[in-house]
Amino acid sequence: MYVSPVREPLIKGKKDYNKVTEDITAPMAGKPSKYWYMGIGLSLLALLAGGIGTVITIWYGIGTWGLNKTIGWGWGITNLVWWIGIGHAGTFISAILLLFRQKWRTSINRSAEAMTLMAVTCAGFFPLIHMGRLLLGFFIIPYPNTRDLWVNFNSPLLWDVFAISTYGIVSLLFWYTGLIPDLATMRDRATHKIKKAIYNLLSFGWTGSARHWSRHETLSLIMAGLAAPLVLSVHTIVSFDFATSVIPGWHTTIFPPYFVSGAIFSGFAMVLTLMIVARKALNLEDYITVNHVESMNKIIITTGSIVGIAYLTELFVAWYSGVEYEQYAFMNRALGPYAWAYWIMMTCNVITPQLFWFKKIRRSLIATFIISIFVNIGMWFERFVIIITSLHRDFLPSSWSMYAPSLVEVALFIGTLGLFFTLFLLFIRAFPIIAIAEVKSVLKSSGENKKHSNHE
Amino acid sequence: MNNQQYITAYYLDDDDLMKSVKHIREKGLSINDVLTPFPVHGLDKLLGHRRSYLPQVGFIGGAIGAICGFYFQYWIFTEAYPLNFGGKPFASIPSFIPVTFECTVLFAAFSMFFAFLIRSGLGLGAQAKIHDEKVTDDRFMVIIPIDESNRQDSINHIEAVLNETGAKEVKVNG
Repeated sequence: MYVSPVREPLIKGKKDYNKVTEDITAPMAGKPSKYWYMGIGLSLLALLAGGIGTVITIWYGIGTWGLNKTIGWGWGITNLVWWIGIGHAGTFISAILLLFRQKWRTSINRSAEAMTLMAVTCAGFFPLIHMGRLLLGFFIIPYPNTRDLWVNFNSPLLWDVFAISTYGIVSLLFWYTGLIPDLATMRDRATHKIKKAIYNLLSFGWTGSARHWSRHETLSLIMAGLAAPLVLSVHTIVSFDFATSVIPGWHTTIFPPYFVSGAIFSGFAMVLTLMIVARKALNLEDYITVNHVESMNKIIITTGSIVGIAYLTELFVAWYSGVEYEQYAFMNRALGPYAWAYWIMMTCNVITPQLFWFKKIRRSLIATFIISIFVNIGMWFERFVIIITSLHRDFLPSSWSMYAPSLVEVALFIGTLGLFFTLFLLFIRAFPIIAIAEVKSVLKSSGENKKHSNHE
Repeated sequence: MNNQQYITAYYLDDDDLMKSVKHIREKGLSINDVLTPFPVHGLDKLLGHRRSYLPQVGFIGGAIGAICGFYFQYWIFTEAYPLNFGGKPFASIPSFIPVTFECTVLFAAFSMFFAFLIRSGLGLGAQAKIHDEKVTDDRFMVIIPIDESNRQDSINHIEAVLNETGAKEVKVNG
C-alpha cells in the first residue's frame, strides 16, 4: 500500500494490535482518579440544580420562568437548539466523514457519537419541560384517542418531534453497532465476574467471525448513508420552526443551510473542548494527535466562515428587501437593547475562528481549547439573539417587551450541563472511548511504526 | 458445528492471515470460519462468501417506511381529521415530506439493524463460543473442519498445511 511520506501518521508511537487494545482500555481499568470524582461530583451538583428547577417548573408551572406574553420562547428553546446543534458533530464525524473515507475520524468518532446521544437527551428535555405539563407530553405523538384528535402534520414543531426522535434512535443504533465488537473485546479482557457477565450481555455474542464483520461493514456503511441526510434534515427542520413563521428576522430562506453549518460548527467546538481534556487525562495522546485537532479546526474555520457569511447575508437581504419590519429587526439586533448579545455572537462566531488561518494557532492545544469555548458561547448567543431580539420587538410597539431568565431557567440550563458531563464521565469509565477495532484497521496504513516498513 | 470436530490455529498479522487463507484454500481445504479482531478487507472474497443482502433489506424497510409514513398523514388529513388551513388543499403533499423522510430513515435503519442481528445470530443474551480470548485483541484465527470419514488422515493433512503457513497453536477442538 502506498503511503505518502508527507502525511503525518494518525497513530503515534510504535504500536502493535495488542498495544492498541491495552492503551484504549487502560482508562477503564482500576479505580477512577480523584479528578474523575471531582468532575462527577460537580456534574451531579449541577444535575441537582436542574432537578430542583424541574420540580419547581412542574409544581408551579411555566409562570416561574421569565417569559411574558411577547416573548414566549426564552432560554428553553435557546438551549434546545444549542444542544441539538452540538449533537450534529458526532453524526457528521461518524457518518459524513465515513462516506468521504476520512481515516482520521476513527480516533474521535466513538466519543463524538456518544456526545451526540447525550446532547440529544439534553435537547429533548427542553421542549418537554416547556410544555409546562410534562405529564401530557405524549400528546405530541399521533395515536388514536378518545378525543378524536390528530396532530398537525403541517406544523414544523411536529416535524421536529419526528426529526429529533428519529435522530436519537438512529444515532443510538449506529453508535451501538460500532460498539458491539469493542464490547466483545471488553468481555474477553474482563477479569471480574460481574463485569464479564455485563459485557457478555452487551456484546450480543460477538465472535469476530469474518461473515459477521462483512455484514457489520455493510451495515455501518449504509447506516452512514442514512445518517448523513438525516443529520442535515434535523437542523433544517429545527430552522423551519423559525423560518416558516412570519416574525421579522425569522422568516428567511437562508435558515436551513445557515443552521446546519452553525450546528456542525458548534458541535466540533464541543468535541474539541472535551477531547483536548480527555486525551490528556486518559493518556490517549498517541491516538488523538495534534493532527486530529488541526483537522477539526479546519472544519471549524470552514463552517464558521459559512456562519459569518450567513450573518452578513441576513443584514444585506434585510436592507435590500426594503421591508421596514425586517430592516428594523436587524437594526435593533445590532444597536438595540440586546446589542451586547449580538456583538458577543459576532465576536465569538465570526472573528475568533478566523484565527485558525494561522497554522501555529490551529496546532496549539491551548489556543484551540480557548477558541472552542468561545465558539460554544458564541453559538449559544446566536440562538439567544435569533429568538429574543426577533420576538421582543415585532410589529406592534405597544406589545414590545424585554426578557430576562428567571433563576429557574438558569438552573434548568445548568442541570442539562450537569447531565451532559455526568453521562460523559460515566461513558469514559464504561465503554472504550476510541473505536478499538477501527483504529486497528487503519494502524497499518496510517500508524507511525508501519509507515516505513514494507507491506506491498 | 456442535458435533463436528475442527482444528483451530491463529496468526498474529492480518497479512499473514490473508496469505495463509489463500494457501489453505489452494490446498483444497474448506474453512469454517475466520475470527479476526477487526474487519480484514478482501477476506470474504478469499473465503468465497457472497455479498450480504443487507442493502436490499434496508431498501425494502425504507420503502415500507416511506409508504406508511406518507399514507398515514394523507389518511389523517383527508379521512380521519380533515382541517381547513386557509383554504389550502387537505392533502398538502409538500408538508408531508419531512415526516415521510424521517419515517423512511427510521424504518430502514431499524430493519437493517435487526436483520443484521438475526442473520448473524447475535442479540441480547446470545452466547459466543470463545475459542481464544485474544481473537478480539490481536489474534487472527482460522477454523478448519475435520473430515470425519477419514479422521486421522484429515487431521494430519490439515496440520501439515497449517504448519506450512506458520500458524501458531494448531489444535483439535470439538
